[in-house]
Amino acid sequence: MAAALTKADMAEKLHEQDGLNKREAKEIVEMFFEEIRLSLETGNQVKLSGFGNFDLRDKNQRPGRNPKTGEEIPISARRVVTFRPGQKLKTRVDAYAGSVAQQ
Amino acid sequence: MTKSELIEFLARRQSQLTSKDIESAVKTILEHMTQALSNGNRVEIRGFGSFSLHYRSPRVGRNPKSGEPVSLPAKYVPYFKPGKQMRERVDQSKFNSPIIPHDEAQ
Repeated sequence: MAAALTKADMAEKLHEQDGLNKREAKEIVEMFFEEIRLSLETGNQVKLSGFGNFDLRDKNQRPGRNPKTGEEIPISARRVVTFRPGQKLKTRVDAYAGSVAQQ
Repeated sequence: MTKSELIEFLARRQSQLTSKDIESAVKTILEHMTQALSNGNRVEIRGFGSFSLHYRSPRVGRNPKSGEPVSLPAKYVPYFKPGKQMRERVDQSKFNSPIIPHDEAQ
């Protein structure tokens, strides 16, 4: 597996492929992820067609346990983000699975 | 928030690039991430989260109409793990922002 894709790689791609200057490219990548976080932190779920949906879920408090000591500690109520991949992303990833299975 | 709203909000936040530029940048970013995942690579964005593939073993499923067993091959599914800052910011918002479903969000 190659190195993970990072924001720096994305900015580089925007510079090479879309012709943005390096500063603009870096800013857009930064703002792209920040805008999604801003939306989610105001309770607004995010739907990026083809890629996937970022959904929000409110979880009630539930009993938990410290796996080391066995001690019971409640897991507090929280809000979490879940990602549901879109059809296009699932299909493209499936193609990778197919190529792995053939090896 | 939809993709077109994201493009609109990004365009409002800065003055140098046109909406067209932003639209193509958003598409490039999403395509870059899709490509990385479909090559079996991870995507790691500090403070946002990481995307990776999770393996699903082959299994025997059923045709929901006929009830007939169908063997389903092993596959990979995209998985997202929210980063620390994302988890904290979203959790903080539970007290003052009700969740707006996709279809009601404007």
